Amino acid sequence: MTLSLLQSYWWLLISILGALLVFLLFVQGGQTLILFQKNNMARQMTVNSLGRKWELTFTTLVVFGGAFFASFPLFYSTSFGGAYWLWMLILVSFVIQAFSYEFRRKPGNLLGTRFYDLLLFLNGIFGCVLLGVAVGTMFFGADFVVEKGNIVNGASPVISSWKSPLHGLEAIFSFPCLLLGFTVLYLARMQASFYLLNNLSGDAVVTSHYRRTMVLNSGIFLVLFLTFLAVLFTAVGYEYSADGTVTAVQYKYLMNLVEMWWFGALFLIGVVLVLYAIFAAIFKPGKNNGIWFTGIGTFLVILSLFAILGYNNTCYYPSVADINSSLNIANSSSTHFTLEVMAYVSLFIPVVILYIWYVWRKMDSKPITPQEVLEDDHLY
Amino acid sequence: MNDLMSVVDWSRAQFALTAMVHWLFVPLTIGLSFIVALMETMYFRTKLEKWKKLTKFWMLLFGINFACGVATGIILEFEFGTNWSNYSWFVGDIFGAPLAIEGIFAFFMESTFIAVMFFGWNKVSRGFHLAATWLTAFGVVLSALWILVANAWMQYPAGMEFDPDQMRNVMVNFSDVVFSPVAMNKFFHTVFSGWTLGGVFVVGVACFMLFRKSNREAALMSIKLGGWVGLIGLLLTMYTGDGSAVQVSRYQPMKLAAMEGLYNGQVGQGLIGIGVLNPSKTVDNQEDPMLFSVEIPYGLSVLANHDAKSFVPGINDLLDGYTIVDGNGDTVTDLSYTEKIARGKEAQEALARYHDATAAGDEQTRAEALQVLRDNYRYFGYGYFTEPSQGVPPVALTFYSFRIMVMGGGYLLLFFLAALFCAYKKQNWLDRRWIHWVGILTIPVVWIVSEAGWVVAEVGRQPWVIQDLMPARAAISAIQSSSVQITFWMFVVIFLGLLIADVSILCREISKASKKEILK
Repeated sequence: MTLSLLQSYWWLLISILGALLVFLLFVQGGQTLILFQKNNMARQMTVNSLGRKWELTFTTLVVFGGAFFASFPLFYSTSFGGAYWLWMLILVSFVIQAFSYEFRRKPGNLLGTRFYDLLLFLNGIFGCVLLGVAVGTMFFGADFVVEKGNIVNGASPVISSWKSPLHGLEAIFSFPCLLLGFTVLYLARMQASFYLLNNLSGDAVVTSHYRRTMVLNSGIFLVLFLTFLAVLFTAVGYEYSADGTVTAVQYKYLMNLVEMWWFGALFLIGVVLVLYAIFAAIFKPGKNNGIWFTGIGTFLVILSLFAILGYNNTCYYPSVADINSSLNIANSSSTHFTLEVMAYVSLFIPVVILYIWYVWRKMDSKPITPQEVLEDDHLY
Repeated sequence: MNDLMSVVDWSRAQFALTAMVHWLFVPLTIGLSFIVALMETMYFRTKLEKWKKLTKFWMLLFGINFACGVATGIILEFEFGTNWSNYSWFVGDIFGAPLAIEGIFAFFMESTFIAVMFFGWNKVSRGFHLAATWLTAFGVVLSALWILVANAWMQYPAGMEFDPDQMRNVMVNFSDVVFSPVAMNKFFHTVFSGWTLGGVFVVGVACFMLFRKSNREAALMSIKLGGWVGLIGLLLTMYTGDGSAVQVSRYQPMKLAAMEGLYNGQVGQGLIGIGVLNPSKTVDNQEDPMLFSVEIPYGLSVLANHDAKSFVPGINDLLDGYTIVDGNGDTVTDLSYTEKIARGKEAQEALARYHDATAAGDEQTRAEALQVLRDNYRYFGYGYFTEPSQGVPPVALTFYSFRIMVMGGGYLLLFFLAALFCAYKKQNWLDRRWIHWVGILTIPVVWIVSEAGWVVAEVGRQPWVIQDLMPARAAISAIQSSSVQITFWMFVVIFLGLLIADVSILCREISKASKKEILK
């Protein structure tokens, strides 16, 4: 395999992991619904349904980061080291999730169940919004410069430097980035409603509640998503040539979608699936399997968005401080050797997916009922 | 320059804090997952409900601890990028791979099967559940393998070469990275130390049950199983620890010198059994390094090289360079740090020349610079130093931590032997209060010993992030020290809260269990 092919392959894997992660953020979306859930049984069922999946989302986030590090280390180095505060806030928002499920109902947890529910809520809000903002900088640019020659400068050996003194916080105040952040949040809330409708059973109050939640969040999500698409498809993207020169191209992302029509088709299929799930759930209230349609739809849409971000000679991390420092899959990747070794490793990913699917098929063969929540001796 | 050093120090402090807190949870996860899997195997084989109930009790404690390990583990992964971004670029081609593989293989395995462990008792068959418990334990060990491969690579960078065109290190042999002798030894040493810690925890908690005069049968079962796991784990930890000493001697002689507080080495070097360092001793003065010491003759030569007649260099020997004929008539030699610094700077200057010549299309200068770079690259990292003393790790912390680890290990050997003796031969001794107290108080002791081991490994490695290639000062991110200070204190608050809540919940669960018969 050529280096170029391996770089494309690894961008595809990153895109797949990114798409899976966005789908699995339904856990975070669900957490934003817990705190204001008045019905105690509904809250318990919700927490125990989400709680059994949180580690899957968390692990996908970690693997997404690890895979990015292994395949495109210059991005990891530049973005994490530069947008320090943005990544730290994302980190903290996920750290507080990791122990909250386990601690929330345990005697001796010091701060009470509601406190841990608040932490889960904060993780839900900030985890989604800030991850969206971070990905937004990949579309709309970030404020960095890369100078590899610095490695031999003893007084200042760091090769990537961030020009904004806010070190990533400035992205939170960028409209397109923040728009993507809130789009991700409401997507996660919508998905959570679909997931909970599917995974919880035996309580009419709970079902009716999450149906209303689904309708409301779907509406807000659609407005945000369409606005984001309008901003994205009219935005300037950055294209690199064979000699590494970078130029700004108007409507770059829209053109990528057209030029790589197969991703355009996946994008459209994804959108149709999400819309179908929403309308089917509204007009056929007895159906609770919408999560499969929105899940697959979300996966396809995010996969396509990552594809138009990284393929077709596009800089996936444009620098607004120095256009020629922009990162693309060719100038930021690991070497041929490492990518090839990792490509062999990646052949095991289907095995991993298969056992995850098998295990959860067994575990989720019956929806969670109020009785289970009352009787199980290991509860969140 | 001052802010640079401040960023380095705060970044070090933050990473050390995170790593130490993470290490409070990880060895218990390693040890307890194995013990829980053994208990469930007993249940599977005997079908006795008491084994199932015992398994569930220890599984509950495992779950609380596991969540904290996950919470602190992700911080380390992020900090490689946020605080050590130059490092992430310089060696990301090599270092990133084990982290990614850890995620793909180990984390998914743990996170999938742990859900079956906790929620699958009534949803899957007994065999499937047992398999899930073992796979969780296996996932934990697999995770340890890959992260320790990454850590060992920093101590002994193998399977790589420097690519001057990309100005970074690149991987050239994956199996050399994974199966480096340092990686394998470190992996087994760490996993076995986890078994030891898990064993002490189980025996200690069982002693608490006995102290409360409850759950005698459960306590005895736990002491027997925990005792054997701990004892076997400890003996294997000692064996692999011996291997570590030899490797440190070979690949990180400055670390070994710091572990011993040894400034001037000799042929047939003794090992300090007990000693107090002279706090005013530095590399710049001639004071005696020890205020008091009891030395085991030839001990360090034997420990480091398995050869009583071998030469072990001290800090001054390493700084000044040496050529010595050892007791076997072999000549051992090493360059002085001054010379290594000069050659490191030569390598860096050659790299800059190579880069300029490439841009200018000057092939002859490029070839010459490349040759100079290759000849001196092994000293590349020394080029970041301005004086030799910058290459010396904190001696006192390394010295005392090493002693805590070794003496603590000796105590734990006696502890496990005594626990098993009581459990099998003198069960009535287990009614004595002081024995209960010994068991309970050994729980914090094993954690101190375990943390001390990591302090030896990581503080002794300083100032290197990657041995000989990149010191910490060249590995950092370009951020203000005030930013790192804020996040440092933020993590202090988070970790304190996490630890207090974790210990509180564990104590409450253990206390709750001690007020009822958990096997009934």
